[in-house]
Amino acid sequence: MILTVVEKELDGSAAETSLEGLTFARKLSAEGGGVPVDAVVFGEVGDDLRKDLAAYGVRTVYQVGGEAVAAYSGAGWASAILTVRQAAKSVVVMAPGSDRGMELMAHVAARAGVAMAANVLSFDGLSPFQVTRQVVGGAALEEMVLDQRPAVFTVAGHAVEAAPAESPGAADVVEHTPEVAAEDLVARVQSVEKLEAEEGSGLKSARVVVGAGRGAGGPDGFGDLEELTSLLGAALGVSRVVTAAGWRPHHEQVGQTGTRISPDLYIPCGISGAIQHWAGCSSAKTILAINTDAESPMVTRATYAVIGDLHEVVPAINEEIKRRRG
Amino acid sequence: MAANVLVCIKRVPDSSSEVVLTDDGQAVDGRFAGFTTSPHEECAVELAVQVTAAGGGQASVLTLGDAEAVEQLRNALAVGATAATLVQAEPSTFGPADVAREIAAVVRAHEAEGTSHDLILLGNDAADSGDFQVGIRLSYELGRPVVNGARTLSVEDDHVVARGEGPEGTETYRVPLPAIVTVREGGVEPRYPSVPGRMKAKKVAVEERTPSAEPSGAKRVRMTLPPPVPSNVQILGEGAAAAPAVVDILEELGVLAR
Ligand SMILES: Cc1cc2nc3c(=O)[nH]c(=O)nc-3n(C[C@H](O)[C@H](O)[C@H](O)COP(=O)(O)OP(=O)(O)OC[C@H]3O[C@@H](n4cnc5c(N)ncnc54)[C@H](O)[C@@H]3O)c2cc1C
Repeated sequence: MILTVVEKELDGSAAETSLEGLTFARKLSAEGGGVPVDAVVFGEVGDDLRKDLAAYGVRTVYQVGGEAVAAYSGAGWASAILTVRQAAKSVVVMAPGSDRGMELMAHVAARAGVAMAANVLSFDGLSPFQVTRQVVGGAALEEMVLDQRPAVFTVAGHAVEAAPAESPGAADVVEHTPEVAAEDLVARVQSVEKLEAEEGSGLKSARVVVGAGRGAGGPDGFGDLEELTSLLGAALGVSRVVTAAGWRPHHEQVGQTGTRISPDLYIPCGISGAIQHWAGCSSAKTILAINTDAESPMVTRATYAVIGDLHEVVPAINEEIKRRRG
Repeated sequence: MAANVLVCIKRVPDSSSEVVLTDDGQAVDGRFAGFTTSPHEECAVELAVQVTAAGGGQASVLTLGDAEAVEQLRNALAVGATAATLVQAEPSTFGPADVAREIAAVVRAHEAEGTSHDLILLGNDAADSGDFQVGIRLSYELGRPVVNGARTLSVEDDHVVARGEGPEGTETYRVPLPAIVTVREGGVEPRYPSVPGRMKAKKVAVEERTPSAEPSGAKRVRMTLPPPVPSNVQILGEGAAAAPAVVDILEELGVLAR
């Protein structure tokens, strides 16, 4: 049995990364002779979510609720996952490679006394169960054996493309109200201040992102880039050089230690494309790079590129857009 | 309140440029690019220095690594940590559970010697191995609560108040000491060492220890480099003259809706 943690968006639907996780789980299931895929969800499972989980081949949905897990705590939620694991007799416990997925699986692995593989891309065989995962922000790969039970891991973002199952699952909902030891609730969330629209969340979900790196030249070098951003109804994302220099706030940073984006179009201007930045933008569908250096990794990996100074190219693009709009 | 804060840091290869693996495929080779402390841990050191400056206590730093990892300890001493411990070992043979066990062993030994660590800070994940586990495993080793991914923190009446980004917004945790917090980049700016800071750091005697047990390893088979991606870039032109071609593409992609 494969137990997959499913995370919800604010509207109660399944997060894209969780649908990827379920798709990965099904591949594992097929390789293992069709063992069932179960899902664990914290909080309400609405009708739409249940339908999605059925479409993604889930046999049983464990809907975990109750006072003990109402507020998030890594240890408390992990203890709940382990009780579900027992009920579902799971030999694999996995989660999407989100911050929370990583945290939960680390707790699960520590409590179960087994290894954990973070950011798995693929599995290479079941006996022994061997996986390939991303390390160094995706600059290198590591093959790792998960020979203890349960096998615990998280799936790297975009390791697989989310796709519904050929035949839907039953998605029977089983309510589960776990008892959690008091010591596992000591580090629980006390309060949440909802995100401001402009802080990070906009960047994560933007269809178009304009990027700016060291090439912007300084804190005053963003005027034309901001104009392009607003002409395209886009979000601004920057490199770590920009946030480390204090030119822009950290919540705009794209990359390994910043936000991971997956827009339809990313326009990185004056960004070299160092691997840690690439880790955050590689899933953009189209990349249009603007850079003085035709050999920079961002240019060679882009779909389209303009070679030149962003302070000349970007204003010309802005003018052309305004001209065509009349 | 005065709190002794221990920050656990790791010497990692500087992977800003090209990544090279060691011949045995067991680690990233930093001999050419140099080494650094991961950004998360630099922020953890900064938070420790701020917390002890505000409320008293000592900020100390620990690493498990080879003899050269003293360089990363000295960097932390140069920005305000006042004590350092090196658990000397070949880090690539230590998995996250091994590292957590060794940190716990040092914490217990220090306690027996009369030095408590009320708050232990670590990076959210290491820049090289990306395991996301040492802080959490340490919490089970020591039986202390852990908060993950904090960007800012303060110590208030025997508690640590830590704040970080959750899926719905900024989350606040308030946890009694002794506790563990793993830190993410973005809440504070790590300071640069001053010249007097560097001079002072040179004089601090770094405590050296050996591991308490044999490592059980990282379950690593080998590391490889991803295959190079062939370039398929279409160059639209040079300089301002390329603007019409760019806007054609924007129209084609349908992102120029009025
Ligand atoms: C553990 C770790 C985590 C990291 N996390 C992140 C992260 O999350 N996000 C991130 O971005 N980085 C991260 N980094 C840093 C990363 O390695 C690079 O240092 C950084 O991304 C480089 O930023 P940059 O491209 O803006 O600057 P540079 O590398 O200096 O590149 C500037 C580019 O701009 C071009 N240029 C210069 N002037 C102009 C101009 N006028 N017009 C057009 N082009 C111009 C140059 O040709 C060059 O390609 C991390 C590093 C480490 C070690």
